[in-house]
Amino acid sequence: MSSPDTVAQAAATGDLPQPYAELGLTTAEYEKIVDTLGRRPTAAELALYSVMWSEHCSYKSSKVHLKQFAAKAPPSDALLAGIGANAGVVDIGQGYAVTFKIESHNHPSYVEPHQGAATGVGGIVRDILAMGARPVAVMDALRFGPAAAPDTARVLPGVVSGISFYGNCLGLPNIGGELDFDPSYAGNPLVNALCVGVMRHGDLQVAAASGPGNQVILFGSTTGPDGVGGASVLASATFGEAASAKRPSVQVGDPFTEKLLVECCLELFAGGLVVGIQDLGAAGVACATTELAAAGTGGMLVRLDEVPLRDASLGPPEILMSESQERMMAVVEPDRVDQFLAVCAKWDVRAAVIGEVTDTGRLVMTWHGEPVVDIPPASAADGPVYRRPLARPAAQDTLAADDPAALPRPADGAGLRADLLALLGSPGLADKSWVTDQYDRYVRGDTVLAMPEDGGLLRVDEATGLGIALATDGNGRYCQLDPYLGTQLALSEAYRNVAATGARPLAVTNCLNFGSPEDPAVMWQFAEAVRGLADGCAALGVPVTGGNVSFYNQTGAVAIHPTPVIGVLGVHDDVRRRAGIGFPAARSPAAGSPAAEGAASIVLLGRTEAEFGGSAWAHVIHGHLGGRPPAPDLDAERRLAGLLAAAAAAGLLAAAHDLSDGGLAVALAESCLRGGTGCAVRLPGDPFTALFSESAGRCVVAVRAGAEAAFGQLREAHGVPGETIGAVGGDSLVVDGCFAIPLAELAAGHAQALPALFG
Amino acid sequence: MTFPGSLDDRDAARAVRLAGAEPVTLWHGDRGLRGVDAAILPGGFSYGDYLRCGAIARFAPVMSELVPAARSGLPVLGICNGFQILCEAHLLPGALTRNAGLKFITRDVRLRVENPRTAWTRAYSGGEQIVVPLKSGEGAYAADPGTLAALEASGQVVIRYAGGNPNGSAAGIAGVCNAEGNVVGLMPHPEHAVDPLTGPSADGLRFFASAVAGVAA
Repeated sequence: MSSPDTVAQAAATGDLPQPYAELGLTTAEYEKIVDTLGRRPTAAELALYSVMWSEHCSYKSSKVHLKQFAAKAPPSDALLAGIGANAGVVDIGQGYAVTFKIESHNHPSYVEPHQGAATGVGGIVRDILAMGARPVAVMDALRFGPAAAPDTARVLPGVVSGISFYGNCLGLPNIGGELDFDPSYAGNPLVNALCVGVMRHGDLQVAAASGPGNQVILFGSTTGPDGVGGASVLASATFGEAASAKRPSVQVGDPFTEKLLVECCLELFAGGLVVGIQDLGAAGVACATTELAAAGTGGMLVRLDEVPLRDASLGPPEILMSESQERMMAVVEPDRVDQFLAVCAKWDVRAAVIGEVTDTGRLVMTWHGEPVVDIPPASAADGPVYRRPLARPAAQDTLAADDPAALPRPADGAGLRADLLALLGSPGLADKSWVTDQYDRYVRGDTVLAMPEDGGLLRVDEATGLGIALATDGNGRYCQLDPYLGTQLALSEAYRNVAATGARPLAVTNCLNFGSPEDPAVMWQFAEAVRGLADGCAALGVPVTGGNVSFYNQTGAVAIHPTPVIGVLGVHDDVRRRAGIGFPAARSPAAGSPAAEGAASIVLLGRTEAEFGGSAWAHVIHGHLGGRPPAPDLDAERRLAGLLAAAAAAGLLAAAHDLSDGGLAVALAESCLRGGTGCAVRLPGDPFTALFSESAGRCVVAVRAGAEAAFGQLREAHGVPGETIGAVGGDSLVVDGCFAIPLAELAAGHAQALPALFG
Repeated sequence: MTFPGSLDDRDAARAVRLAGAEPVTLWHGDRGLRGVDAAILPGGFSYGDYLRCGAIARFAPVMSELVPAARSGLPVLGICNGFQILCEAHLLPGALTRNAGLKFITRDVRLRVENPRTAWTRAYSGGEQIVVPLKSGEGAYAADPGTLAALEASGQVVIRYAGGNPNGSAAGIAGVCNAEGNVVGLMPHPEHAVDPLTGPSADGLRFFASAVAGVAA
């Protein structure tokens, strides 16, 4: 091993050329480091700054916009910790708190789909764990290139098997998510993983190294050369030709070790053995040490040679940059260290004391006694801030002018029928069982609703029935047409999906997937999306508790559709009163059961306008994207959510399903298929608009027989427009005067689409 | 019984509680069975399923107590990974191999109770059909033809897949027992079918109720 570059050498050899550009730093950024230190950085310091100042870790292009989430946040008494912590923490009552967050692992999942997606799950789980919570479920929002493209056949099965492998082995139910396809994601799949955790109020942990003399312990997996520079090399650059050459930058996951780490951490927390804790994710030891130090007393001494290695040839720069998985860093009082290490030993988790908190205000790292890093930690943790140029692209007007009103529409009932079957068999709307059957949704025994339901619903307290609902939504087509409105539509949909279970929406997380921030057109999309989300959250009264930005999702000059994925968390007062999407089979009175009841009536809630811009119908039938997206109506969403929660609590609903992609037609078909029961409806107005428009703020509900009047009064009290359009029953989806489709025919194309593509 | 990597241990404990008994936690590293009347080896990925599913768990200290107890008649139920461990420990015949489709499968499956006389199935009737979740990547039951014939002849096939064979198991076998009927291994997860709120049915509860009634008798 060559001797490492020390602080003393750096001071003595000021004009040594350094490879900062290869590490992703600009000349101006390099000069800022030299200014801060008063000398050139050592190789280890350069490595540290390069990962900490990467777009992925520093949010240097997004920070100026993200400030709006706090500035415009609606008043909420539900937040126990907000933006800036590893994940936001929300009070759900009865002494429980919930923390949730969504994060991207897009680039690694393209380079090596299985491990890329697996470690995406592992990373977000550690974020939740670091807050002091027990992780209780995961979800994933996935987007790929065209379903029939050869590369999708490589990427999708690998991503799904990676999520399945890691999440199942970790024992976390996968309760929902999204799957969509669009040519804009070819070469840039989106793999966004969400994790949610539950704790008691007093269990909240902090990510700060305070108390001089307290010991710094690195525990979990050993440190290897995997994922060196993942944050800077992979996540913060546009892919060129040689993506496969970046494979060494992808981490390798070990869910068994993570499971032990989870149980070990929870036992450490319960024993009160931890002063501060941070997970190791992007930028590994570099990030954990600088962030802990910057948030605490301000100083830390780290002996890098004490870091347990799986490859003895690693030197300080590699150790700092390594993104080896399944590692955590804790700050522990000296007289608790033995107890701490005993808990780690019980769980077969390797732990090493690697340093201590100091009051010097400097983060100092040594290598066999020689200082190799000596920096003010805040200089690395805070990073640069850029106000990138942004410009609304001229093509936006052309796109808006390309109105879908000009597209040929089905002329008769047979045409409407054919279009519905085509939509149901299209990959984005098809039955997702090929994917979701590979995930364990049952483990932990608290899953009340999981895919294909509108939202995932988990029981938190067995005695009271308290629970939480979660949904993620995004729509790249709407956002391409108008990123401000499109983001509000994604927020509206996730909010509505949570409400459809009968839960009250409480808080929002987000994963903002965009192209290169160096492109002013992309930066305009980003700024509009953030503004739309901040305004939308203010209008809905739900604060943003945290999130993640993924830039550089583009190949060459072509960026993905702007795709903010919005996650909404809600609280359910009693999960036994949940509403699912499936129409109920009418129970036969002949059975003599006291519960025997007549057919549920179907009520369409909300207002339907002729809105087809960015719709699934235009996309699937015509390959068309143009015009204006549907108009969000946040006030209407709020009233609808209030009605759904009240109706579910009163036990009036047999089913509820939100209307989104494919409009009423797809929603009715999904509710029929889920429940194994048909329905007959008579449509108001133009049948095509009624069936396929994607107007926001709508939901279809099945009202229990006998509860129609009570529901009608409740609906009027909440100011939600609606009308009864038919009843549940039979074994066909019947649209009066238009068509009838037997359930078996509805199911066939819907169920076969993904198996036919992916085996 | 909790091994490192056990996942469905809390679900099994809940099922025991719902069946009217008191769950007792056994730790893989301890010796001694704490006086329990029956033992459940839960699902999960013990020791990460490294080497082979269940292959490392069979050497856990607690197993050195469990194996003789099982041979002396202690009711023992292995679910999924627990079934794999019981096969590795030679308490049950055969082995579990990769699913025919090579993918992990989570699915609510219809099962037929073939042997209602074991310690864990006495509350069912012969030929009764139940719905319970299956969730496994290595759930295909395999044994040599002689063993399979002997299992059929002696009634050691406890449950069988009734709505199609989801994973390529020999003769559609979803669960087997030892000759005495006190040790049972199931690939599907009855502990996830104890309440229609969180599972497809409450059909699985009677596996636990069977053992509780047997112990109380």
